[in-house]
Amino acid sequence: MKPAPFTYHRARDLDGATRLLVELEAREEDPKVLAGGQSLVAMMNFRLARPAHLVDIGRLDCLRGIHTDADGALHLGALTTHHQVERAPAELLGRGHAVLRDAMRWVGHLPIRTRGTVGGSLAHADATAEWCLLATLLDAELVVHGGGGRRRVPAAEFFLGYYTTALGADELLTEVVFPREAPHAALTEFAQRHGDFATVAAAVDLELAADGRTVCGGRVALGGVAALPVRVPEAEAVLARGDTAGDALFAACGQAAAEAVDPPSDDAGSAGYRRRLARTLVVQACEEAFAR
Amino acid sequence: MSQITHEPPDRQLLTLEVNGEAHEVLVESRRTLVDVLRHDLGLTGTHVGCEHGICGACTVLIDGAPARACLTFAAQAEGSAVETVESLDGGGGGSAPGRRLSDLQQAFTEHHALQCGFCTPGFLMLAEGHLAEQPAPSREEIREVVAANLCRCTGYQTIVDAIEDCAARRRAATSEEGPCN
Ligand SMILES: Cc1cc2nc3c(=O)[nH]c(=O)nc-3n(C[C@H](O)[C@H](O)[C@H](O)COP(=O)(O)OP(=O)(O)OC[C@H]3O[C@@H](n4cnc5c(N)ncnc54)[C@H](O)[C@@H]3O)c2cc1C
Ligand code: FES
Ligand code: FES
Repeated sequence: MKPAPFTYHRARDLDGATRLLVELEAREEDPKVLAGGQSLVAMMNFRLARPAHLVDIGRLDCLRGIHTDADGALHLGALTTHHQVERAPAELLGRGHAVLRDAMRWVGHLPIRTRGTVGGSLAHADATAEWCLLATLLDAELVVHGGGGRRRVPAAEFFLGYYTTALGADELLTEVVFPREAPHAALTEFAQRHGDFATVAAAVDLELAADGRTVCGGRVALGGVAALPVRVPEAEAVLARGDTAGDALFAACGQAAAEAVDPPSDDAGSAGYRRRLARTLVVQACEEAFAR
Repeated sequence: MSQITHEPPDRQLLTLEVNGEAHEVLVESRRTLVDVLRHDLGLTGTHVGCEHGICGACTVLIDGAPARACLTFAAQAEGSAVETVESLDGGGGGSAPGRRLSDLQQAFTEHHALQCGFCTPGFLMLAEGHLAEQPAPSREEIREVVAANLCRCTGYQTIVDAIEDCAARRRAATSEEGPCN
């Protein structure tokens, strides 16, 4: 189908973009930010979304790019594409953040990844989106600009529910910051068709002791089992026991995750099916994370 | 008495660079790139299937990278170089019938990588974009990339064969010429 009519605005700078959003929002003119368009244009073509105004931020090159700051935190500009992350050279995206690069192969397909952006994924907040899961797993912070100035929102406070975030309608996401390295982390998932949004996605970040074999802690996050990506403290408690890495530990971690979640039933899978997927995928993610 | 109940649609005057040529179009803001290509520029080689990013029939290159023309508003493509299937050229003069197929198109023909041909323009541009970035892809990588587009006829094996063969021939041609030519 064709999208409903709207008024198009091309943002020339960040302040101009936020000023315009504030102004349109104050007049209740229903503006929406347009980044890569890989979710928004599809929704507009379906007429699931009918914004009256689009503010295209695609030319704000200041929002594009990858860099590491003096404290070792990795910054990704909101307009950085999935494909830029997938192809990022080791100088820009080192071993400590390789999990981000490797997760990109799960995001749609190449022609989606060349246009779709990190910020768009986070703002869209699909409960199974890889970026939302990674941000939740690794305690990312989201930097937001709006009429009220600039604020930093921890991922744990950013996602509020199905396609719902802490972003105001007059606010822009400008970057996402991954504060620390995660050299033993992995993301894996299952989708009914290759390239689709996952039915269930699992991500694990292991803390290994100096011997390289003892797991002294870790994080477990799941997508597709609730309205937003969730951490699973019950599974993390298993990783914190101080056991040796291996089948027994990883199976216990997967089991704990499956017992802890209360997934929804829908066309893509029943609650029981998602629970079994969660168990299998957490085990796989543990194995992959440990093998790094 | 009749009243005007709607505002005139928002329109944009755009300069689009398509296949190396600049085109000026005045279109509604909601016009997608694929509709401008087909309806305003008459470049009907780019096909439309689903209009929501699933089928890949509309795949073109935007600044060299494969992209869905149905999920891009034409206004977003201003300032970028757009390439469509019409840009593929094996020499032999400007337009049909003198013009020859490009090496990739030739490989698709030789390997029977098309039957009805509806999906073919999308696969050709997808492959061109991928080979530009990765001239020596493994068969596995090619399989992964072509999974982006739907073909309901061929079963994909022959498409993978064609892309693999074209890539190999291009590599052979460059190594014969030597890196300095
Ligand atoms: C066939 C297909 C398969 C896909 N598969 C996957 C998948 O497996 N996993 C996955 O994660 N995604 C998938 N996607 C979606 C894709 O990742 C999108 O790129 C992403 O969801 C949105 O990014 P975008 O830049 O295209 O944002 P847009 O579509 O432009 O915008 C999406 C939403 O975010 C808002 N927004 C965008 N940028 C900002 C910003 N900087 N500040 C504030 N608000 C903003 C917009 O207003 C809109 O509401 C798929 C898409 C398609 C078409
Ligand atoms: S028409 Fe664009 S992906 Fe199907
Ligand atoms: S050749 Fe018919 S759909 Fe691919």
